[in-house]
Amino acid sequence: MELFTNQVLAGIATGAIYACMALAVVMIYQAIDHLNFAQGEMAMFSTFISWQLMQWGVPYWGAFVLTLAFAFAGGIVIERVLFKPLAKAPILTNVAGFIALFAIINSSAGLIWDFTIKQYPTPFGSAPFLGSQLISTHQAGMIGVTLVLLLALYFFFQYTRIGLAMRAAASLPESARLVGINTSWMIALGWGMASAIGAIAGMLIAPVVFLEPNMMVGVLLYGFAAAVLGGLTSPLGAVVGGFLMGIFENLVGTYIPGVGNELKLPIALALIISVLVVKPAGLFGRHIVKRV
Amino acid sequence: MTTLLNVKDLRAYYGQVQALHGLSFSLNEGSLVTLLGANGAGKTTTLRAICNMVRSTGAIEFEGKPLNNRSTESIVRFGIAHVPQGRGTFTTMTVEENLQLGAITRKDSAGIVSDIERMYAHFPVLKQRHTQVAGTLSGGEQQMLAVARALMLRPRLMLLDEPSFGLAPLVVRDLFGILGKINREDKVSILVVEQNAQLALELADQAYVIETGRIVMSGKAKDIANNEEIRKSYLGY
Repeated sequence: MELFTNQVLAGIATGAIYACMALAVVMIYQAIDHLNFAQGEMAMFSTFISWQLMQWGVPYWGAFVLTLAFAFAGGIVIERVLFKPLAKAPILTNVAGFIALFAIINSSAGLIWDFTIKQYPTPFGSAPFLGSQLISTHQAGMIGVTLVLLLALYFFFQYTRIGLAMRAAASLPESARLVGINTSWMIALGWGMASAIGAIAGMLIAPVVFLEPNMMVGVLLYGFAAAVLGGLTSPLGAVVGGFLMGIFENLVGTYIPGVGNELKLPIALALIISVLVVKPAGLFGRHIVKRV
Repeated sequence: MTTLLNVKDLRAYYGQVQALHGLSFSLNEGSLVTLLGANGAGKTTTLRAICNMVRSTGAIEFEGKPLNNRSTESIVRFGIAHVPQGRGTFTTMTVEENLQLGAITRKDSAGIVSDIERMYAHFPVLKQRHTQVAGTLSGGEQQMLAVARALMLRPRLMLLDEPSFGLAPLVVRDLFGILGKINREDKVSILVVEQNAQLALELADQAYVIETGRIVMSGKAKDIANNEEIRKSYLGY
């Protein structure tokens, strides 16, 4: 039983990261109807920036905040320079754009910081959390930071006018323009926020997976699986899907003999395919009944 | 009476296809003008051209200021509220959020709160349903919501694209009654596109009849309604 509880809690901790990545993916998907394959690389690059800042002597939380600002601005720049011109382009052109972005960021990080694995600090320490062997303080910190982030995002989208405008622009761009919303900037803002959310995920997972240019590839795959599981049209679904993925991953790895660490990723992919076959809209995908 | 909207030699294009062939008309401050015509005559295109939602040439002036080459969202800031075909309701959001969105360009939060109450007084059914998701409203309720959303801008000019579309005759009567009231009491100028010519002519001061992208007839709504020849050849009733 203790093993089970331990695995579930650890699953929730990594699930928090998947939830962040899934949320970032869904935010961009809602705005431009494309999956951002480079979401993980953007997060990885931001994490390197924070590491570099700390190397230069900036304290952890200072580096954290500066990195968020960098990621936010970077997300906006990427949208303005690369994806705004592609807005009306066919889907494959956009996919090519995302793959190019993936390769460019990945190689640049390798070029600047090389491909060796680096230690990444945690501000929470790695002692047992509240004296319990079930979960470490860093894992508790991952869950805590994610919950604060999710709550802040919920209030932003539900109770601020700019959040309302962003939702309107994502759901019906033409109507949004007709009430005077600059939809183009709302999309850019969405990119900035998604990029910053990814940066938080990257900085939280880096002490676990270690810092290197390919650190986010597996994490993003789980993020995609989480987003598909929860439903690509539902931010809440993405978050729930993320936590479920984290728990699922750990339980399968622990209890199904022969899975271990090597087979975990194929299982994420198998889950994506199963969801798409059985329930393509995902658990929370939108099916609002409309009168005609 | 001053001219609020002045359209001169308007031509509009969908790709290679020209939909409007040099349309000219004007609308006086405080008046209610209707554009009539059959399917495909260019009524919707005219409204879309005013808000720069379709490629067009010619002059469109609002209070003497040119609207050409401005983005749709900046034209809204002149005080032009457009209720498009299909109503443009944010169907996944609540009724109240839809009203908030109508006022998204305004800065006076106190005024917005009191205007929402004013809309609930105009349209009591919206108050009953204010937390309900807009997509679940009936067609008539959605049209009320669309008009209320447009009014939340405190517009100078409201553009309405076939407000009667898909509504029961009684609901249409109600709606047109409210539009007339808004025009008289709130001093909102209205440009309404309609296929239901009879009703629109009862409501309007001035009417223009469009055929294949050109104005073929214009005059006081009363005169057009009383001219049997025009009615038979263009309006079909």
